[in-house]
Amino acid sequence: MTHTTDAPAVSLHHLDQLWFQVAGTLCNLTCDHCFISCSPQNDSFGFLSLEQVRERLQESVALGVKEYYFTGGEPFLNREMVEILEETLRYGPATVLTNGTVLKDEWLNRLRAAADTSLFSLEFRVSIDGFSPETNDPIRGTGTFDRAMKGVVRLVDHGFLPIITAARTWPDTEETAVVNQFVETLKKSGYSRPRLKILPTLQLGAEENRTHGYREDERVTAEMLQNFDVDHLICSHSRIVTDRGVYVCPILIDADDAHLGESLNDSLDDFKLAHGACFTCYQYGAICSNSSHQLTQPPERAS
Amino acid sequence: MRLAFFGGIYNNYLALESAIRDAKQRGVDAIYCLGDMGAFGPHPDRVFPLLNENNVHCIQGNYDNSIGNELNDCQCGYTDPRDNYFAEISYAYTLQNTSQENRTFLKNLPTEIRFDFGEHRVLLCHGSPRRMNEFLWQSTCSTHFLETLADEHEADIILATHTGIKWHRKLSEGRHFVNVGVLGRPENDGTPFVWYTLLEQDPSADRPVIEFIPVEYDYRRLAAEMASENLPDEFIQTVHSGWWTTCLEVLPGKERAAGKF
Repeated sequence: MTHTTDAPAVSLHHLDQLWFQVAGTLCNLTCDHCFISCSPQNDSFGFLSLEQVRERLQESVALGVKEYYFTGGEPFLNREMVEILEETLRYGPATVLTNGTVLKDEWLNRLRAAADTSLFSLEFRVSIDGFSPETNDPIRGTGTFDRAMKGVVRLVDHGFLPIITAARTWPDTEETAVVNQFVETLKKSGYSRPRLKILPTLQLGAEENRTHGYREDERVTAEMLQNFDVDHLICSHSRIVTDRGVYVCPILIDADDAHLGESLNDSLDDFKLAHGACFTCYQYGAICSNSSHQLTQPPERAS
Repeated sequence: MRLAFFGGIYNNYLALESAIRDAKQRGVDAIYCLGDMGAFGPHPDRVFPLLNENNVHCIQGNYDNSIGNELNDCQCGYTDPRDNYFAEISYAYTLQNTSQENRTFLKNLPTEIRFDFGEHRVLLCHGSPRRMNEFLWQSTCSTHFLETLADEHEADIILATHTGIKWHRKLSEGRHFVNVGVLGRPENDGTPFVWYTLLEQDPSADRPVIEFIPVEYDYRRLAAEMASENLPDEFIQTVHSGWWTTCLEVLPGKERAAGKF
């Protein structure tokens, strides 16, 4: 449910981060907490072709986009994914969010070469939601922990330092223990300096069934934005390209009002923070960017 | 015309002394410092007489804004608990050991300086022209993003610091973006050197030339003074080895992979 009438609007300060929903909502996994309910059957959003990505990369130059992100679904189900990343690294830094279960040496060899010849970073974010099969697999599916860990080792063997990304599906009181166990498990697997990013869950899509949706009062109000640094909100600096047009952010592609236009230049208008997910973004800040962080409190208000 | 630009000093008054000496030997016409006088090292108040006596033109970094306004933290922009743990130690030490007079000096510093260098408009800032504590790393800034900064902020040469690692990108129409590096600690390259930047006019081509200058200083003495001030062993290890042991989680993949930890 949204409250578009009263919701405060945020303007796009600068298009720093351009996202691509490069695998649509198609994924080889069906995770219980997926905020856009990706699965092998969910084709409500489809793959983006290299040509479609290239068109937006070209458009992004005049807008001064700083860095590029690729998500899905599982990006590496897209048969052009390696070429897409190779092309992107000619424009700027690239980050790909993967579940790590379908990576092939042949692809990683090519991407290693592309990363080595580029000025820019190629980052892999690998989703794993627990430090063991017992904690991860109930959420992501049987056998996914072992498969994802093999993907992590494969990335490390190719000289990458993947950022392991976990949604916080444990109580806050267990956070330190969970993080420590994660680090220990990753080190034992051969990843000597693991990078870890803990995210809040988003009470959307499949997660609404696993736990619950947003309450009516979990919304951002104009009063809450007073003295708040709106640069913490992804809509102030990002947009996402899908096969159905440009949306405000990767979290809200299932929301009709988040569809802003067909091209980037059509999609630069203000966006109203009418969704429960906007409240999570407000609470935690920068949840979609690469910084390794485990913020449990709202970012400090600017003076 | 030859100008020197220093990045974060981080209380490293010994490196500052060496850099000023080196710059003067090279006949510079002026010296600028792009902010973050405090953090990391020992004896914060020893930095300020050197800046003052040598007429170093300073701008305010996030650390200076915090110390000057006696805020609760350094506004460094770290998001990882371990990074923040060490940042809190050095911030508490620096705040406690910075005199009221020097706090006032930091509070009143300008946040940017602009001047003309030949035909070029120069803009000095701390993190980026749009945000004092923005990290601009070489591997996470597309060239067209930097072009936009130069356009929007009406500058031909932008000089910044904040990340701790120097880099330079040539832009269109003879413009430049430069991260000048820092004097405060080595730049995660396995050597104890620190770095500053020289800008001069190429007389034959009438274009600016940017050069990074390594600075040797008595890092063993710095390390000994840090130990006697009970600053963390992790910091002291970095002074000796040149490898960062803290502030690691803000590093992008390429810069992180180039380091040891």
